[in-house]
Amino acid sequence: MENDMRSQFPDIPKEKLKLVQRDRRITDQKLETKSIGYFKDVWLRFKKDKSAVVAFILIMILLLFSMFVPFISPMNVSFREENFSYMLPKIFSNTGFWDGTFQTEQTQGGYDIIRGIGVESGLSPISGEVRQFTASDGTVRYSFRQDSYYTPGYEIKVVGEKDFQAMMAFQEEKKIQIFYPIPATWNVKFTGYSAGNYWYKLKNETATSNGEAVYDENGDYIPNYLTSENPAAGGYTGTRLAGDDGGEDGKSWYTYAMKVQGGYRVRINLYNDFIYRNGFAPVFIFGTNVYGQDIFSCLAYGGQLSFILAISVCLINFMIGAVYGAVEGYYGGTTDIVMERISDILGYMPFIVVATLFKLHLQDQVGPLFSLLFAFVLTGWIGMAARVRMQFYRFKGHEYVLAARTLGARDRRLIFKHIFPNSLGTIITGSVLAIPGVIFSESMLSYLGIIDLNTSSMTSIGTMLSNGHDCLRTYPHVILFPALFISILEISFNLFGNGLRDAFNPSLRGAGD
Amino acid sequence: MTKYVVKRILLMFLTLFVIMTICFILIKLLPLPLVKSINKDVALQAKKYEQRGYYKPIMVQYYNFWRNVLTGWDWGVGEQLYTDRAVWPVMMQKLPYTVLVNLYSILIAIPLGLIFGIYAALKKNKWQDSVISTLVMVFTSVPSYVYAFLVQYFFCFKLKWFNPVVLSQDQAPLFSGKMFLSMVPAVMSLGFGVVAGLTRYTRAELSEVLTGDYMLLARTKGLTKAQAISRHAMRNAMVVILPMIIGEFIGILGGSLIIEKIFAIPGIGNVFVDSIAVKDYNFFMAETFFYTFIGLASGILSDISYGFIDPRIRMGSKK
Repeated sequence: MENDMRSQFPDIPKEKLKLVQRDRRITDQKLETKSIGYFKDVWLRFKKDKSAVVAFILIMILLLFSMFVPFISPMNVSFREENFSYMLPKIFSNTGFWDGTFQTEQTQGGYDIIRGIGVESGLSPISGEVRQFTASDGTVRYSFRQDSYYTPGYEIKVVGEKDFQAMMAFQEEKKIQIFYPIPATWNVKFTGYSAGNYWYKLKNETATSNGEAVYDENGDYIPNYLTSENPAAGGYTGTRLAGDDGGEDGKSWYTYAMKVQGGYRVRINLYNDFIYRNGFAPVFIFGTNVYGQDIFSCLAYGGQLSFILAISVCLINFMIGAVYGAVEGYYGGTTDIVMERISDILGYMPFIVVATLFKLHLQDQVGPLFSLLFAFVLTGWIGMAARVRMQFYRFKGHEYVLAARTLGARDRRLIFKHIFPNSLGTIITGSVLAIPGVIFSESMLSYLGIIDLNTSSMTSIGTMLSNGHDCLRTYPHVILFPALFISILEISFNLFGNGLRDAFNPSLRGAGD
Repeated sequence: MTKYVVKRILLMFLTLFVIMTICFILIKLLPLPLVKSINKDVALQAKKYEQRGYYKPIMVQYYNFWRNVLTGWDWGVGEQLYTDRAVWPVMMQKLPYTVLVNLYSILIAIPLGLIFGIYAALKKNKWQDSVISTLVMVFTSVPSYVYAFLVQYFFCFKLKWFNPVVLSQDQAPLFSGKMFLSMVPAVMSLGFGVVAGLTRYTRAELSEVLTGDYMLLARTKGLTKAQAISRHAMRNAMVVILPMIIGEFIGILGGSLIIEKIFAIPGIGNVFVDSIAVKDYNFFMAETFFYTFIGLASGILSDISYGFIDPRIRMGSKK
């Protein structure tokens, strides 16, 4: 075609050519839209993915829960109330749901004991209506909702002099009765409940008693306390039960204390005793476990540990992996092959083996937490390095890199200023997605008992899970909450990571609008 | 192709060697646990250790170790666990349980995963797809032991359909129906994860393959949708999925530690965890070897199977 034109117009004289538009300034048209930076673009695309935003909010909730509950809760990991073990979760009162009660059915004996717990103090474990019916085997049974918080009832124990005086003073001050009269059968080793609960006249007063009571003419319990002539027997000078007036002869005062070696033998109401010792009434939002630890607080502490561990591990892995991968990818050649071999071999070591070896060697020196951290860091950077290396190979050959090098840029500048920012998206996504992996591995190791992060002031989610598994059949609430916590965490991180990955992918710009 | 395979296998042995050496040295540096229970005579134990050569210098022990392993496949004798019984036979006795549980769960999970994945890909972006994708997402995120707890709680304790714990060999023969029934909860817990993963991949691959031009050509030629999918799409989708399945077959052996503990399966994973707890080093070494070998083998197998399935991807071969 060119030759055609040349032959048609062989000679174009110079005068025929005229310059046009000389008086006008021709510039590019201004962009109609605002230009958005890289991160603004990422943020906009992220916001569009509703599930990722919701997931992010959930993660924040869990994070805030782990950070703030330790400050506002009066209970922490070292808080152990053995008497209040296996308490049910309680937020509301008397609603039948989440109020610390459970539906139960008892024979006459069991019913008598449980009802008896509430008679003296007014703190009755029976909440709501009692339904009496005859079972298929002919026995009379009672069906009702039992409040687990009042079930521990009473206990007969020995307290020291100072405690004795302090508790009596507390009784006076707060008008909360801790000491109750000692029953005549205090020495019998009953099976079932502790001797402190068998305060009324029993049909069978030996150790095999099933708790059935002998009723008086009104159908009430008959108190079966120790009595003495001296109202201050045993050194007791505190408030007395209503109806404790010395009896008809003025010589049968209830005995509240017996002086023994080392202190006083007394019968205490465990609920009020809890209030005395801790200053607040027992309310456990997620219940307690076998040791009497509050699951709500322990979950927060465990979550704290998990988050701190996971975030530090990911940060360290990110730094090591990025540098390693950058060096590998940038220099290539033999350096690359050697470094690849090393990371390959390290990568094939089973993680459990690494964790165990580190624990066995370092546990005495730096503690279980740091040995676990080292174990994670030893092999965790490998994935990150592989990703960074791949990104480097992709962008190494681009022209602007060549141009920068021609202009004299040093290696370090090329790596960090030119090539690295391209892979920022994958790197950040990879780091974020590694966090749930760390938490999961840590919980798995704790559950298996390989790593024992359970000290008196520290607990982890895996430990809580293993505690809960033992009582799965009878008290599922112990395992429910940690399992829920970790499930929500994992699901949210997955959604969040997916959202991040799509957000950082600039080729999706304009897709899905 | 053969050269590539041989090279990979040699590399595998090299890696195994390096890892075993590292583990060996790190373990032998630890002090030997002497007294475990009160009625064990400390002096007798020390004498036993001396006779078995645990007090010799590390280089000598290292040489002995490799000599024993390579000539007689003798991994030593259990010290704390299964005291004085040879390690490898004990492990082999436990192996069938682990293999069986994993085998059952894979055999059941693979067809299910494929079916769900294909269904989801066909109904892409319709409500069936959304439901399946959401379920898959939940099942892949939730850790496997959470299902195990749920399964154990609902199916074993509440509904009482199954036994919460797997029967041992003296209670029922290994391949019987009764044994299978007792393994069902464990198989279910393992299976959920496999099904979910497989569904996700199948759906992704198949939907990508369905957009290819040759699919359009197949439909234009006159094939029905079913024919087109089964003859063309599945083949291509399988390229990615089959290596994953093969990798899973072997890889899942290494991942069932928690399930074994929860359901009290007397398998290899249980021995591993116990050996760590009581510090029985011979068992630990043997188990480490086993798991590393499995990890490497699954990697090699899935890589090689790529080459078999898709003739375009023959690695290391001239074009």
